[in-house]
Amino acid sequence: MSERVTQPPTYYAVFAGLIALTVLTVGLSLVDLGEWHTVVGLGIAIAKALLVVLFFMHLLHSDTMTWIAAGTGLFWLGIMLVLTLSDYLTRWVLSY
Amino acid sequence: MSAEHPLLAHHFDDIEQQRGAETLGMWVFLATEVLIFGGLFTGYFVYRSWYPRDFEAVSARLNVLIGAVNTVVLLTSSLTMALSVYAVRTGRQRMLLHGLTLTAVLGTAFLVLKAVEYYADYRDGLVPNTAPFDAPEHQREWAEAQVSPQKVILFLMFYYVMTGLHAVHLTVGIGLMAWLIVRARGGTLSPERYVPVEVCGLYWHFVDVVWIFLLPLLYLTGTHHPADFTHFL
Repeated sequence: MSERVTQPPTYYAVFAGLIALTVLTVGLSLVDLGEWHTVVGLGIAIAKALLVVLFFMHLLHSDTMTWIAAGTGLFWLGIMLVLTLSDYLTRWVLSY
Repeated sequence: MSAEHPLLAHHFDDIEQQRGAETLGMWVFLATEVLIFGGLFTGYFVYRSWYPRDFEAVSARLNVLIGAVNTVVLLTSSLTMALSVYAVRTGRQRMLLHGLTLTAVLGTAFLVLKAVEYYADYRDGLVPNTAPFDAPEHQREWAEAQVSPQKVILFLMFYYVMTGLHAVHLTVGIGLMAWLIVRARGGTLSPERYVPVEVCGLYWHFVDVVWIFLLPLLYLTGTHHPADFTHFL
């Protein structure tokens, strides 16, 4: 476990980054990106989620077991997304 | 390593191992939560890829102003939650109480805004099987945009189930805050006994992360017009 206590200036900096990314992603909704809205929005969301998980949830200074637990959740999600979408997104390839 | 630590349960070697196990328990629970929401996200991605135009058209009709404001509200609540963890670990009791209270208040503000938004959705004809939704002039708008009513309903079902499940989680989080506030007032939270704040904080931040993904998938998948930010007022 982390004996390190994250100091408020770190939290304020992370919060500023989260607000800046929120303004960016909402601002981009005014630009006609077509179907790229989802891709760009997801990219920014992943950056924001990393900020929250690494700093607010202290994963950066957590022990290996915590990293494994967090990684397991992501890995299972990856299995569900990759196997499902590898079917639905490729059906056009063999549409006969 | 303090083998004689007063808070040490007998089945742990030392207090560090005990605290590690306590936070690990929450992380394992959150891994299962990832899969609950992950199932919804997977379904969303499948239909999003099948009906891209329809999803973009309905997304552009959602209340982006309240969606954006609520994002800021929830991010701010995560900041106050993180500061509460700092407060309890450094023995700042007043700051802890204020931090927890602010977190609960911001979470409640999010739910109030969400309720206002659901009502605005009803009024704007975005609740299926209601009079405003079925109104002929409203249906004509969808027809002119070449969006089929079935696809509109499909997207809206994702919208209501995902935001609804998120709201349920947030309600649980506010309950946890209330419990922590009672404990903080009773003086049973201290730099030695900080883990309850830490694990409830992990849960709170997770609910925040879910919303971080809901914002672009539901509200920002369509192109908005600047007037969208004002016509709801």
